[in-house]
Amino acid sequence: MSAATIFILVWLVGAAFPFVWTVWGSFKIQADFFSYGGWRDALLGPRTLQLTGSSFTLENYRGLWFEEAFWRPAANTLILTGSVTLISLAFGTLGGYALARSTHRYAFWVLIAALIFRAMPGLTLISGYLLPFFQFNLWGHLTTAAIVLVALNQPFTLWLLHSFFLTVPRELDESALVDGCTRFQAFRLAIMPVMWPGVVTTGIFSFLVGYSDFVICAMLLSESNQTMVPTTAAFLGSEQHAGKLMFAVAATVSMIVPLFILIIFFQRRIVDGLTAGAVKG
Amino acid sequence: MPHRTFFAFMLPSLSAMLIFIALPILSSAFQSLHIEHPRVLIETETCDPFAGCTTETRVDAEATRKLEEAQPAGKFNGLGTYFNSAHLAVADVAEIWRTAPNVWQALSKITDLPFYRALLFTLAYTFVVTPLSLWLGLLIALAVNMVPQRLRGAITYFTLLPMLVPTFLGALVLFWMIDARGLIGAALIALSGNPDLSLKASRTLTWVVLFVHGAWNSAPFVFIVFYAAIQTVPRDTLESAIIDGASRWQQQRFVVFPHLRPIAIFLTLVLIMDNFRVFESIVAFSATAQASSLSVLVFKDLMNGTTRLYGSAAATSMLTILCIALLMMPSMVRSWQTFKGKA
Repeated sequence: MSAATIFILVWLVGAAFPFVWTVWGSFKIQADFFSYGGWRDALLGPRTLQLTGSSFTLENYRGLWFEEAFWRPAANTLILTGSVTLISLAFGTLGGYALARSTHRYAFWVLIAALIFRAMPGLTLISGYLLPFFQFNLWGHLTTAAIVLVALNQPFTLWLLHSFFLTVPRELDESALVDGCTRFQAFRLAIMPVMWPGVVTTGIFSFLVGYSDFVICAMLLSESNQTMVPTTAAFLGSEQHAGKLMFAVAATVSMIVPLFILIIFFQRRIVDGLTAGAVKG
Repeated sequence: MPHRTFFAFMLPSLSAMLIFIALPILSSAFQSLHIEHPRVLIETETCDPFAGCTTETRVDAEATRKLEEAQPAGKFNGLGTYFNSAHLAVADVAEIWRTAPNVWQALSKITDLPFYRALLFTLAYTFVVTPLSLWLGLLIALAVNMVPQRLRGAITYFTLLPMLVPTFLGALVLFWMIDARGLIGAALIALSGNPDLSLKASRTLTWVVLFVHGAWNSAPFVFIVFYAAIQTVPRDTLESAIIDGASRWQQQRFVVFPHLRPIAIFLTLVLIMDNFRVFESIVAFSATAQASSLSVLVFKDLMNGTTRLYGSAAATSMLTILCIALLMMPSMVRSWQTFKGKA
């Protein structure tokens, strides 16, 4: 075996094994998954067997989804993620198209400004939002969090879509304009139909932003509107949730497994998106 | 495209960015010059026929609320918040400098102050994790380029996972394994022979684990970008290098690496931006006692029980933005020069 193959194997174990281990452990009780008795407990689940009669238990998932009503944050995440994706794409395609087609110098400066905006950490911006949001009674709503996430993600969306629009030949919109279309009609009828790979790719990244967000949701959403990641975080430390560690494990698995399945289908698009901004320019 | 059309198309996107990115920076700047109103206190005298008269001081909730309504940002404080002991701590630094026997002790005391402690970790994280993930990603890309084509799809799939999983959850998954009762944690205790070795107890271990998580999290992105770039290495140059008798290492060193250089600069820029905001992994690892970052400081101020410390959070935010501007300057200038060179 060559050095390259060994290196790849080691990396793959490092990249994937933690997830396999956690998925496996989520079907054990806490005394097995977090055991001072060594790794065999988590693997075989002797206490899980003793307590439930089987070495696999769905108890963590039952407790999480029914007792803790995890379906509520799940529904919130779905609504938030859906809105973030749709609004991001609507704003981003319009802007990205204009940036790709404008020959003026200010288009370049808009892109540079977007890059600088991209560097601002979410938390430093949040301290600027909170007071006005409380004052105007905007705090706590899913809509508010969605708009904020869209705005924070706009720089990346713009760059990505801009580079995708550059790959669509200008002749296409020019001939539409000659045929009597307005700019918007040319954009909607001639360009968007051939842009869907770029739109799907950008959509996946917007989806991931909404799905993964921790800090914006934790700071801006009220408890009843909370999404899955901050809810998972709440199972960890606080007194009120003592002994609910396994719910956090089950919640983590409930969130990452659907993601793993999605990635199988969209892998090509994701790779496309990651390279579009960097390699093409 | 005419100016009017351009701005009509840009309007939604541009206004979203101006309202939710540019404006909050200004509002933070304003906020950082103010501090919370002190509670309005009133003295009331209660007289009791048996115990005599006592005066007691209590908070006048009504007056406090009125004051807060009149000036929601708080009381003007100038640059006071920036220099107080929770931020630049000018007085404390001067005191330490005066009393410490030597420079090293002074520095170690200064880096115990909350702001400098956070700054130190944030900088260490940025400057360790950025090169670490660049090299890890590059090595994966070079190695994947050597395995048979049909395996590459599956390898890419598994490689993407650490990056695409929500950062917070990815960190939790590692945290549970590194816990003293987890797989890696137990192995570390067995290997080191120290039964008390744990994230809670060891600052070094916490830092190392956070760095490893950072590289684990961002190496996939570096891999994807470098791998795509390697595919565009000009065949002719590579072939002539082989004909000229270049070894495998020399091919990489003199053909592949120069080709990847501009992309490496771009990646460095993006990684610095992302690493400087390190936050979620620190919270997920419950490591705030051992490692603090600038974002963690802001978070703590905003989560501060019943009274959120807006002024303090805003001052830290402004200092963070200042640091980022300084850090990004070199890469920005270099990208600008490459851009100029192309044009």
